[in-house]
Amino acid sequence: MSDNVLEIRNLAVEFKTDTGISKALRDVSFDVPRGKVTAVVGESGSGKSVTANCIMRIIQPPGKIISGEIMFSPIRTDPYDIVSLVNKDPRLVDLRGDLISMVFQEPMTALSPVYTVGNQVAEAILCHRDVTEREAWNEAADMLMQVGIDDVPRRIHQYPFEFSGGMRQRVVIAMALVCHPEILICDEPTTALDVTVQAEILTLIRDLQRELNNSVLFITHDLGVVAQLADQVVVMYQGRVLEIGTVRQVLKDPVHPYSQGLLASIPGLASKGQRLETIASVVGDADLLTSYPLTRLKDGRQVSLAPDLLREFEDE
Amino acid sequence: MRGYVIKRLIGMVPTLMLISVIVFVVIQLPPGDIVTSTLDRLQAQGVEISAEQVQNLRAQYKLDKPMVLQYLYWIGNFVTGDMGYSYLYSRPVNELVWERLGYTLLISISALLFTWAIAVPAGMFSAVRQYSVGDYVLTTVMLVGLATPSFLLALLAMYAGYEWFGISIGGLFSPEYRDAPWSLARVGDFLSHLWIPMIVVGLGGTASTMRILRANLLDELNKPYVVTARAKGVPPIKLLIKYPLRIAINPFISTIGLLLPVLISGEAIVSIVLNLPTTGPALIQAIVNQDMYLAGSFLMLLAILTVVGMLLSDLLLAWADPRIRYE
Amino acid sequence: MSELVLDTQLEAISPRQLAWIRFKRHRLAMVSGCFLIFIYLVAAFCEFVTPYGTEMRNVQAINAPPMSIHFVDIDGSFHLRPFVYGYDMHINDDTWMREYTENPDKRYPIYFLARGESYELWDLIESDFHLFTTRDGYVHLFGTDRLGRDVFSRVFYGARVSLSIGIVGVLLTLFFGVLIGGLAGYLGGLVDRAVQRVIEVLQSMPTLPLWMALSAALPVYWSPIAVYFGITIILSLFGWPALARQVRGRFLALREEDFVISARLLGAGKMRIIFKHMLPSFTSHVIATATLAVPGMILGETALSFLGIGLRPPVVSWGVLMQQAQNYQVIVMTPWLMIPGLFVVLTVMAFNLLGDGLRDAVDPYSTGGQN
Repeated sequence: MSDNVLEIRNLAVEFKTDTGISKALRDVSFDVPRGKVTAVVGESGSGKSVTANCIMRIIQPPGKIISGEIMFSPIRTDPYDIVSLVNKDPRLVDLRGDLISMVFQEPMTALSPVYTVGNQVAEAILCHRDVTEREAWNEAADMLMQVGIDDVPRRIHQYPFEFSGGMRQRVVIAMALVCHPEILICDEPTTALDVTVQAEILTLIRDLQRELNNSVLFITHDLGVVAQLADQVVVMYQGRVLEIGTVRQVLKDPVHPYSQGLLASIPGLASKGQRLETIASVVGDADLLTSYPLTRLKDGRQVSLAPDLLREFEDE
Repeated sequence: MRGYVIKRLIGMVPTLMLISVIVFVVIQLPPGDIVTSTLDRLQAQGVEISAEQVQNLRAQYKLDKPMVLQYLYWIGNFVTGDMGYSYLYSRPVNELVWERLGYTLLISISALLFTWAIAVPAGMFSAVRQYSVGDYVLTTVMLVGLATPSFLLALLAMYAGYEWFGISIGGLFSPEYRDAPWSLARVGDFLSHLWIPMIVVGLGGTASTMRILRANLLDELNKPYVVTARAKGVPPIKLLIKYPLRIAINPFISTIGLLLPVLISGEAIVSIVLNLPTTGPALIQAIVNQDMYLAGSFLMLLAILTVVGMLLSDLLLAWADPRIRYE
Repeated sequence: MSELVLDTQLEAISPRQLAWIRFKRHRLAMVSGCFLIFIYLVAAFCEFVTPYGTEMRNVQAINAPPMSIHFVDIDGSFHLRPFVYGYDMHINDDTWMREYTENPDKRYPIYFLARGESYELWDLIESDFHLFTTRDGYVHLFGTDRLGRDVFSRVFYGARVSLSIGIVGVLLTLFFGVLIGGLAGYLGGLVDRAVQRVIEVLQSMPTLPLWMALSAALPVYWSPIAVYFGITIILSLFGWPALARQVRGRFLALREEDFVISARLLGAGKMRIIFKHMLPSFTSHVIATATLAVPGMILGETALSFLGIGLRPPVVSWGVLMQQAQNYQVIVMTPWLMIPGLFVVLTVMAFNLLGDGLRDAVDPYSTGGQN
């Protein structure tokens, strides 16, 4: 069995809009190692969420996967390419919510306001397992307890609007984990939350990952979160992957000028009183607009760099 | 929930009081009153009436009292179930209104059900297959439906019935059943006549209802909770019904209340064209002949009907949407 | 996921220009708008556009079908000037009904911008020029009614009345709606609650029975013009609540906007704030809503006149014309008397489409749901 639970190769996605075709992903390739936390970082519009939606196959028209493959190697079944599945393929049903599940950005709107949380969590089980309603609700209750909801017997019959934002995100996480997926995709799960609640949710995700030993694909623009959580980092920009490496490599010693710019633009205590760096001032636009193939360096990381810059690094 | 119901019931009281004032003013507006029209009639027959008799008549109808007292007298009797006397039919209003009101209610409710039966699936289809051929066809049909006056529809229905089915449409019963006592056969005859007014009255509402549902559904289709449910692995049809439709139906429920006055208005004019024994034709007769007790009672009862309908739709909404219930 | 745009030089566009750009994308709304402009122009100049007045009676043609325009005559020779054939009337032996056929011997050429019946345009300008007419005989493009009057002419005279009721009624509605809704929204408190309650009450009443009751209250001895305004006022009496509710909602939202608060802090008066700062920011929404309210007015007039309690002859409106089509025999025997109904449907559809287009243009996020 492959060490990587997901191997994404040359993924390209386009959106047809009124004004023309917008290339959301151009040529995205990276691996998600099994049992680790992989963070995808990048600014808005870099294609992070689109990548996640491709993995779940929930890209909505006018978006369309043009080419590429996503090789998925679950423990429970034989490996297959997610992109090649037709819409009616039964494997797609297992994929969504059972083998891979997802936590979204907006906990306030990710749950339907007209059903109890118990109903919505248990539904995830009922969609995938041949169990009775009662068994599903019992499992849902266990999971809700595991994500730190108090007084579950009462709360399980309440509606989402009776929960706070943080509590609601816990419910969404419970809903995502209740089928014990092999991959949990978190699409900026803490962006919409208060700072204190953010920390709680991050701790919860990390603890649960260690406990359940699943793979996590964590999408964020917050490098602080990456440092706290991730094993491996993928830097994306304008629908391309620019750099892939371990947390230590990318955050301590970035190679790509864009990654360097990203780090320089973090407001820190040290830079107090100084003007914040913008990415454009660090990196020339021209470097970002041309696409170079990912090259593996000696220390194992991969970067997409212009040949002359690449040579400099190799020489060092 | 009980608190909400009580609150709404109490809220109905001032609404109904205001409505009764409006109705009273409206029926008082035409020049002349029941006494002057009686006098006209008698004079036309050559009967001479003394001023004293006129005075007595005015006193009998409380017309010599100030307006406010007249109103209180009228509404007081109305509340206790005495709706006055119709000089047009020479019978108490109570004996005249209920059967007609019953038919109006039947036609309006069946038209409402028809509206829903057509509008919900059509709206769903139109939203899910937005910009498809089917969407355009449905939208066009609905546009024409929305623009056609209901009396024109009624005429066309009569024409279609006559040309294609060889039956004369009109009335709620065939001649042989018109005055027959209720029996199973009469019910059957009634139902076979009901569907034409049902469709004609319901069609105008169908168009607007479908538009609302389509728009609401389009709003909901890409909401995060739908994406979440999709990512959870809920199969497509179940997803559509359980998630976006379930939410889109909520503002929709509250439109029943607004649809009801429209249906009752449509029913009135369609009944006049199709010659149905409902409130519409009787109301216009009463109005034209200044039979104010009859007209006032019809107006008041129709208004009560819509207010109660609105209350029911609000309660339905509270039952369907936990957010309102828990407020 | 957007393209990286270098040298971002966005042109400054005013909201009105933006709305116009969006509106132009709605092809159906554009077509509807053009249709409405056309028909309003025709209605405005109906004395000129139509060959006859409303009371002209061709006793030779009672309930006669529409004539068709020919270019080629019975001998097969082509005429550049179009012409119609006169009627031959005979009585059907079975049904005892009048039947009309074209008589090839009576060939009446159509002359354009020719002299015909004299008229006074808008009661001001005397003239006898018509867009088209014949020298001998008659031309009845939409047939004639049971008194031998030309349906084509009457349809466009009727358009003048029906279409103007739509506009005048909506202007009245707009005045009451904006005034009452705006005051309620701005003043809030007790006024707001009272207005809310009145709106709720008016909206919960079935309009048609009330319209019927009110229009029956118009005295019989009133002049046609007084009845016209009476009916218009009655129609707008129940139209303003919906508009007032919308205006109120917008005012409530606007009241909290920064620019209104700063105007208040600068010491601007209430009226100034309402008319100078708040009203302009939702004029476009009000226009869109008003457009969507016109069909209700037109349909209301048609329905009331159809029932015989709205406008009364000799006034000609689409509703009055439809009065002749009270039963299905009309559809079978003289279907051309339904032509006014076709115009009602077309006009109402055009207003609906135009209104939808306008609403989408001024507020791309509203979908027409709820409210």
